Amino acid sequence: MFPELNNILNSTPDSFKPSDFILVSDRQADASFLIHHYLSFYLRAGCKVCFLGLVQSFSHYSAVGQRLGVSLAQAREKGQLVFLEGLKDSIGAILQEESSQGTQHLSYLRSPGAGLKGLFRFVETSVSQNGARDDGESWGPPVLLIDDLSVLLSLGVTVGAILDFTLYCQATVCTELQGNMVILVRCEEEDVDDDEEGANLLQRGLVHQCNLALHVEGLPTGYCRDIHGQMQVWWRQSGETMYNPRKIFHFKVHDKGASFFARGTSSAVL
Amino acid sequence: MNESLTGLEQHESGGLAVGTLLLVEEDRYDSYSRMLLKYFLAEGVVCGHELFLASARDHPDEIMQELPSPIMDEVASQGQPQPSDPENPDTMKIAWRYQNQPRVQTALASSLRFGHYYDVSKTMEPELRQTAKCHSFYQLQETPVITGSSPLPSPYHPLLKSIQTVIRKEGFDGSTPQSKTRNVLRLGLHSLGSALWGDDVCCKDNPAHCHALSTFLYALRGLLRTSLSVAMVTVPSHLIQNRAVMGRIIRLSDTAIALESFRGSEMETNPLYKDYHGLLHVRQLPHLNCLSCEVPDTKDLAFKLKRKQFTIERLHLPPDLSETVSRVSKTELAAGCGTTATGNKHLDF
Repeated sequence: MFPELNNILNSTPDSFKPSDFILVSDRQADASFLIHHYLSFYLRAGCKVCFLGLVQSFSHYSAVGQRLGVSLAQAREKGQLVFLEGLKDSIGAILQEESSQGTQHLSYLRSPGAGLKGLFRFVETSVSQNGARDDGESWGPPVLLIDDLSVLLSLGVTVGAILDFTLYCQATVCTELQGNMVILVRCEEEDVDDDEEGANLLQRGLVHQCNLALHVEGLPTGYCRDIHGQMQVWWRQSGETMYNPRKIFHFKVHDKGASFFARGTSSAVL
Repeated sequence: MNESLTGLEQHESGGLAVGTLLLVEEDRYDSYSRMLLKYFLAEGVVCGHELFLASARDHPDEIMQELPSPIMDEVASQGQPQPSDPENPDTMKIAWRYQNQPRVQTALASSLRFGHYYDVSKTMEPELRQTAKCHSFYQLQETPVITGSSPLPSPYHPLLKSIQTVIRKEGFDGSTPQSKTRNVLRLGLHSLGSALWGDDVCCKDNPAHCHALSTFLYALRGLLRTSLSVAMVTVPSHLIQNRAVMGRIIRLSDTAIALESFRGSEMETNPLYKDYHGLLHVRQLPHLNCLSCEVPDTKDLAFKLKRKQFTIERLHLPPDLSETVSRVSKTELAAGCGTTATGNKHLDF
């Protein structure tokens, strides 16, 4: 996890806001480094994590996790981490092999129009099963991580079906079980036609549902080697505050983490 | 591969990793993208890899016969231990052309160096070509298969099935032990998405099967990740009208580049670009097993095809020798390089 990001968001593995729906999105940049941050964050916090890895293999996350100080293989063995290998399991479903008939959670691959009910059942089962830790105590509140949700659009699932799915997940994970959700959505360019079912429409729908939105983009002034992009942080405040604060940070991703700084304070500039 | 492709791989931090997917957006006449595909396959022959070639327009055998011949002669080398890399600080700065000399190659089998050189003007000897095991898939010869309710329409379904069969049968996924040392399968898929593949994503704004190609690429990447194979897919992106589709296809690949040829466009006569035949845009670099990828110094790359070599370099601007030339070229450059900062259009020195 990235300590600077924890400072910005005011949360640590020991104390973080429960029932949070965090939306991570990007446009012409790659925000997947934030998914790695949250994965190591919640594993360190002792939560039960359900990870839908739809675009990369388990070994990829495991390799990065090692550098961030968590062992995914161990977490999976102990039952703390439930990992869905989307890529690996998809071939059987797409080619409609006999052996894959049992995998209901990938039913959207066999018939994209049917929706994500099977996937939701998988999530529900994973977060409800409360195994015990080694010391007898149960795991912390459940966490659902999805990388990345917009790939379902490429597979033919409609925006409406995906939004239904996230609504069900939020109701189960966040409201009922007081857990957290972190979802990555990759958006199109701004001016791509939005009247069709696209990732921009999906992102707008999810921003409406979430509590915290982190949006990653390239720098508006062009490509730069030392600053990889900018991240907008938007909180949905409840209570007495009248407006929803929005902050922008620059960041640089390196081998073992990422550094965040206020605009104009990069070490390359100062 | 040729210094060009080696150069390309170095620009992408060290080579095409096994298990990944390289997407190449074709130039308008498919001349340079087809050349890259042939280099990719030729390197496979030279390294002893197995090949899988699928195409819909030209028969795979025709493409195989056009593979460039590797340069085997002993030519005096400059003694550099690595292929030339313009971004390597150890390379020559003023006399950099001397680095483009081919290196000493004694025998192909014992060559441990990464990448080989090819002579574009000659085709590979049939004896050499036939040493490589090549599986081919020619769309027009496949009998149409009724795929039932699969989300993948024909011919992507049989193509995927064919790839999976080859991987399983030859043991690239570790299911059956390979008889010799671990080998790699190189997949070359030509012009996916074009009308010849039965896909209408290149013909219509709202194609009927708009998810066919993206579902195929998703499944292909799944196959690549679970086997010792690497794929290069070329797509005629200039025909795809729906920009959202192109964005999705890029995100479904690991590395993505686009070739823009100057032929037939106003840039052919632009004095700025007189040394080059086209631009190479790096659309996406892979993050494999790490948080950050190797970030290049610049994303402005250009390519040129000389008689023997296909080279990729950083875009060098020729020196501004006359006032009028520089004024004209600055505004044209601002129009051409849209991906970099466009704010300096009116800055004049």
